Amino acid sequence: MILLPCPWCGPRNVSEFRYVGEPRRRPDVATTTPQQWRAYLYNHTNAAGWVREQWFHRTGCRQYFGAERHTITDEVRRTWRPEQAPAGAEPLLGVTDRAATTEAGPDAGGDVL
Amino acid sequence: MGVGGAHDGSRNGHRPTARYSAFALFTRGLRKSPWPRAWRAHDLRPSYDVVIVGGGVHGLATAYYLAANHGITDVAVLDKGYIGSGGSGRNTAIVRSNYLTPEGVRFYDRSVKLYERLSADLNFNVMFSQRGHLTLAHNDSSLRTMRWRAEVNKLEGVDSEVISPEDIKRLVPYMDTSASARYPILGALHHPPGGTIRHDAVVWGYARGADAHGVHIHQGTEVTGIQVARDRVTAVRTTRGDIATPVVVNCTAGWSTLISDMVGVRTPVATFPLQAAVTEPVKPFLDTVVVSGSLHVYVSQTDRGELVFGASVDPFTSYSMRGSLEFIEELAGHVLALMPSLSKVRLLRQWAGLCDMTPDYSPIMGPTPVEGFYLDVGWGTYGFKAGPVSGESMAELIATTKTPEIIATFDLARFADGRLVGEKGAASVGH
Ligand SMILES: Cc1cc2nc3c(=O)[nH]c(=O)nc-3n(C[C@H](O)[C@H](O)[C@H](O)COP(=O)(O)OP(=O)(O)OC[C@H]3O[C@@H](n4cnc5c(N)ncnc54)[C@H](O)[C@@H]3O)c2cc1C
Ligand SMILES: [Zn+2]
Repeated sequence: MILLPCPWCGPRNVSEFRYVGEPRRRPDVATTTPQQWRAYLYNHTNAAGWVREQWFHRTGCRQYFGAERHTITDEVRRTWRPEQAPAGAEPLLGVTDRAATTEAGPDAGGDVL
Repeated sequence: MGVGGAHDGSRNGHRPTARYSAFALFTRGLRKSPWPRAWRAHDLRPSYDVVIVGGGVHGLATAYYLAANHGITDVAVLDKGYIGSGGSGRNTAIVRSNYLTPEGVRFYDRSVKLYERLSADLNFNVMFSQRGHLTLAHNDSSLRTMRWRAEVNKLEGVDSEVISPEDIKRLVPYMDTSASARYPILGALHHPPGGTIRHDAVVWGYARGADAHGVHIHQGTEVTGIQVARDRVTAVRTTRGDIATPVVVNCTAGWSTLISDMVGVRTPVATFPLQAAVTEPVKPFLDTVVVSGSLHVYVSQTDRGELVFGASVDPFTSYSMRGSLEFIEELAGHVLALMPSLSKVRLLRQWAGLCDMTPDYSPIMGPTPVEGFYLDVGWGTYGFKAGPVSGESMAELIATTKTPEIIATFDLARFADGRLVGEKGAASVGH
């Protein structure tokens, strides 16, 4: 993939964006068990095919948006603003709770050092 | 039965493996007779005692040690492409054991020990070159991690020390160690037993050794499903037919989620491409492997003189193995920051492989809730060096159904239990 169409800015070089990942439903912090919380933190669908995922326009409009990408060909067939999510798509992470997603990139999943 | 029985291929009623010796080279040279194939093609049997999915170094080493150490030879290794077509044929072949956790250090050190005698064990030159490995520190926090690693390494008996910029300059005269460099070098972790190996030769050597023991290697055979009855593996579906088996080992690295999904075992794996590149050959000038975590780059020189460059994984998950211009531009900039004299050297090619990243940069090895379904995955950007020890311990696990101590800490349950084995500080750039 070279170009990613931002729903606000149009097609831009993919290096302008940060990949956030599959939006996943965060368990309720008050009632979740440690096991459920860790499953939320660590497990991925990691599908080969069409996936719905979240991106962030890092050096552009600095907005979060959703995208449908084929993970074998890296073709992107649609992107959407948070309020225009297609039926059945998980709500985007960090849009209601920006503090939850930082500029840490894919490495941030690790329990490091 | 010990390792090193590879030469003794007649034991299972198969034709003996050709010895590779100076004498054999000489006589074949005179007679111009072709060498026999190092491993053969077979029809698929309707059943095997053990089916290994994935013909990379992990799958082939597991098959080899099952046969050589435990006498289990009714084994099939299936690969959808050709052997070594995954990460095992695409990596930058760095071998080292200077990890961060004691468990990690012990594990990778066992692999280095096995690699040291692998050419003899397999009668196949794997060109292991223990030329030394340097991880540069450009800031205080990396220097601190290196000090930490050096102390853990030494406690585990692994040769590893933090050295000064002057010592670095002595080892790598072409490196810019001046204080005025764009990212000045404050020190480095020096690991003399680290180095590089001929990755294809390791794959071929294990394949040849396994074949000599009667293991069937099936290339062009894709696993499309796994049958489970009452929480037990019973059969594997492939593009060439079905195979009944009580044991399936998932050795498919970047594709491993797709295989685990077939039996409903969830793993915390995400697949990221990792790219590398190689230059035209130049005169030998670089003995050691040089890694810079801050610059996200590493360099080594092959025996042919090419410079091999690598970096961190691509910034988003993907099953695509395409290279990108961004990668090569960024890489070139970082290489030149380290070694400005390389500015006229031309790149020959770049490529990518798939890496099965885990949250703690450690592998996932062992049994699963589905009886007979074993994992040897989560090899990320660092798993080639672990091929021998993984094959040895997975073979022991399958033969005895007891988890060997050396891999106990890498079990799948650690993620749910919160027992991560954090190796990011030792594995995110220097593979
Ligand atoms: C660019 C790059 C540089 C690297 N550098 C280093 C390094 O310097 N040092 C280091 O230690 N590690 C390094 N690594 C990591 C290392 O290459 C891998 O961790 C290691 O090769 C994994 O080996 P494997 O045998 O588990 O898997 P692979 O070698 O990836 O083999 C998996 C096999 O499974 C097969 N397969 C997949 N799906 C199916 C299916 N459905 N049916 C049948 N077969 C299937 C594939 O065809 C493939 O051949 C690097 C990786 C890359 C990409
Ligand atoms: Zn934008």
